[in-house]
Amino acid sequence: MAENIVLQMKNIHKSFPGVRALQGVDFTLRKGEVHALMGENGAGKSTLIKVLTGVYSKDEGQISIEGKEVAIHSPQEAQKNGVSTVYQEITLCPNLSVAENMYIGRLENICQNWKKMNTDADKILQSLDIPAKATQQLSTCSLAVQQMVAIARAVDTDCKVLILDEPTSSLDEQEVEKLFKLMRDLKGRGVGIVFVTHFLDQVYEICDRITVMRDGQLVGEYEIEKLPRVQLVSKMLGKELDDLSDIQGEYSTYEPKEGEAPVFEAEELHSDAGIKPFNFHIKKGEVNGFTGLLGSGRSESVRAIFGADRILGGRVKMNGKPVKIRKPIDAMKNGIAYLPEDRKRDGIVGDLSVRDNILLAQQVLRGFLKPFSKGEADKIADEYIKLLSVKTASADTPIKSLSGGNQQKVILARWLLTHPEYLILDEPTRGIDVGTKVDIQKLVLKLASEGMSVTFISSELDEMLRTCSRLVVMRDGRMVGELSGQDLNQNKVMNTIAGGDK
Amino acid sequence: MENNHAKQSKGSSFFADLTRNQLFIPMAALLLLLVFNLIMDPGFFKITLGYNSAGHPVLSGFLITILDYGSELAILAIGMTLVTAATGGQDISVGAAIAISGSVLLRMLCGTNTRPETLVMPVLLAFVITCVVAMLFGAFNGTLVAVFGIQPMIATLILYTAGRSIAAWVNNNELPIISEPSFAYYGGFIPGCPIPTPFFIAVLCVAVIALVLKFTTLRLYTQAVGINEYSAKLNGLNPVFIKILSFVILGLCVAVVGLIKVSRFSSINYSVIAKDIEMDAILAVALGGNALSGGKFNMTASIIGAYVIQCLTTTLYKFDVQADALPAYKAVVVIALVVLSAPIVREKLAALMPKSGSREVAK
Repeated sequence: MAENIVLQMKNIHKSFPGVRALQGVDFTLRKGEVHALMGENGAGKSTLIKVLTGVYSKDEGQISIEGKEVAIHSPQEAQKNGVSTVYQEITLCPNLSVAENMYIGRLENICQNWKKMNTDADKILQSLDIPAKATQQLSTCSLAVQQMVAIARAVDTDCKVLILDEPTSSLDEQEVEKLFKLMRDLKGRGVGIVFVTHFLDQVYEICDRITVMRDGQLVGEYEIEKLPRVQLVSKMLGKELDDLSDIQGEYSTYEPKEGEAPVFEAEELHSDAGIKPFNFHIKKGEVNGFTGLLGSGRSESVRAIFGADRILGGRVKMNGKPVKIRKPIDAMKNGIAYLPEDRKRDGIVGDLSVRDNILLAQQVLRGFLKPFSKGEADKIADEYIKLLSVKTASADTPIKSLSGGNQQKVILARWLLTHPEYLILDEPTRGIDVGTKVDIQKLVLKLASEGMSVTFISSELDEMLRTCSRLVVMRDGRMVGELSGQDLNQNKVMNTIAGGDK
Repeated sequence: MENNHAKQSKGSSFFADLTRNQLFIPMAALLLLLVFNLIMDPGFFKITLGYNSAGHPVLSGFLITILDYGSELAILAIGMTLVTAATGGQDISVGAAIAISGSVLLRMLCGTNTRPETLVMPVLLAFVITCVVAMLFGAFNGTLVAVFGIQPMIATLILYTAGRSIAAWVNNNELPIISEPSFAYYGGFIPGCPIPTPFFIAVLCVAVIALVLKFTTLRLYTQAVGINEYSAKLNGLNPVFIKILSFVILGLCVAVVGLIKVSRFSSINYSVIAKDIEMDAILAVALGGNALSGGKFNMTASIIGAYVIQCLTTTLYKFDVQADALPAYKAVVVIALVVLSAPIVREKLAALMPKSGSREVAK
């Protein structure tokens, strides 16, 4: 068995001031296995991976690769030792070509044979079935393809250990399937794969073994057959989780009054982001969802509602009165809030403190000449940090140093502070842990029961089925169906998305 | 519990906190320069009360020079800090814009006669017109940057190149001279007051910007746009407007400095006036520890930075460094200062301090 082990980490310790991020964690990876590393945000997964890839130096412990102890001080050294990583956030250069991105940092000679590089890159792309050309500029590829290029780059180096840190969070199902095929290929070649993800389905589809971490400590290593889902979740959370599948029943639904106009109503609305004119309305206290494959126009539709893209036409009414929404500020003044899909690009203002990030939208609504006083700002920030239990050292901490889930809570706090009538959440649970996911879903239902209208978008269908009472289905920039009541089930939604009546 | 920890580390990491403070580098640099001068020649600190040609009391000495000329830089640093924060780039046309402002001011005061006996209009009115012109040029730069997405240095290169010609053209390439003695007050001394007027103007500007930053959301908006434009937009801000606004504010600063500069000689030299002043203004911002790539800013640090730069220039002059060689000497010192104030070096320095609890937050 010892020969089978490609990577062994023993008794790893790592502390940051005030936080013991890793406490005596062991991790073992065998040849040709897909090993899931599971845990809530802040459990220490990222830290463990960063120690392994040399981003952080460990305080204590050993790392050995194929039986030899190694000291890894930088990502380059990790790569030399056969450890490649693909991160959740794409870390490529959008203004370079695909091939350049694949080879950047790995060119050994000063002279580079560009032609050969391009043909090589094309070969790899083809063998992995990635729909991109070597000479294409990376930024012209979709987010999903960019992610796959990052994987291609990692795979191409002679790698023994491949770390995939949330690689699937921006991929749709077909692309995930392709990625899995690729992972199985690599597995067959004897590569050990560490797979970090929040998608339980994917874990059970592809992984052989699971290591669970919690609060910087190892909970245990399990073979996949021996650990049913419910147990996995309870191990991650450290408590028995009440049944995830039925949270809708916990909250009373808001009863709309007779003859009440919809909170928001759009006719023939369309923007320059490639969606066809659509009609849409949402009633007070309703939770609805937009679903469809990646790129189907579900995000673009809600962006059009919020005025985030250039609006090309359409009529919009709020509570029955016609309003004009051309810019985000118009939407905000009309009581619409929008939590964007791409948290890093559109949501957070990285260097600003948690406090400023919470206050930003409300401050803009109050206007240029009415800044919050220091006292008010502190009070509000503390209140919302507590309300959403944001884990942060202080309100002064820059938001970029928070974990993904906590960043998302801050952005959520920002919009809740504006007390919107209509809240749009675009992928609020992407890349965040199970516990927070449930918290957010519960919050959505609670807000709706108090009369807020919510649009909820998620790549995870069961999450939407749990929270939404009506689903708008999109395909190729068009609304192709609307499902509610009895029709709200996995099969029906899938069929509508696929466009078949069968 | 976390609070306890914070309290404990407070004492032990005092030095770390000190070095991490953004004001540390400019203050330390200032101190270093002053100590250097003290050792080399305490005469640097000598201030004498004399009388100028008009018989009014005036203070003179190296420190007064720093106060006088550093004030010009401090005013420019205010605008430059905002431009840097909002756009992540710098305006290199400041010197040329000052030439234009000065030229416009003279044109307004003199009319078509280059040697007027009396001024054509009150200085205040002429100054207001100058402000409008300078702000329009600021808006021009801002539009190139914000609307057309041109790199700020490239966008302002246009005015940098053309500005002094425009300035000469405003007065038909003639050199007006103002004989009215009261016009010299702005860049010189108000009768009876021995402290140079530019210092008071700078104090006024600093007070105004301090009030603006306190009673408006300019700081938050500018920082938000500078850090993440997309996100700022989705929070209802208009990044284009904020960026143009920062250039317009810089335009206003330019007009004020234009007034001071022209007032110093009651005339203008188109090719020399405020030459290379933009570099000193940018250095002031950098020396203040502000990231030249935009985002968060510290106005106080920039303003102190401005006086430090002037202190350096004056020190070099005092040691008879020739005007031609000045930039080279300055560059050496500036490199050292800017490298020291780089976040990366500051982290390292802080880490060297004994028991310094670095404030890195774990994921």
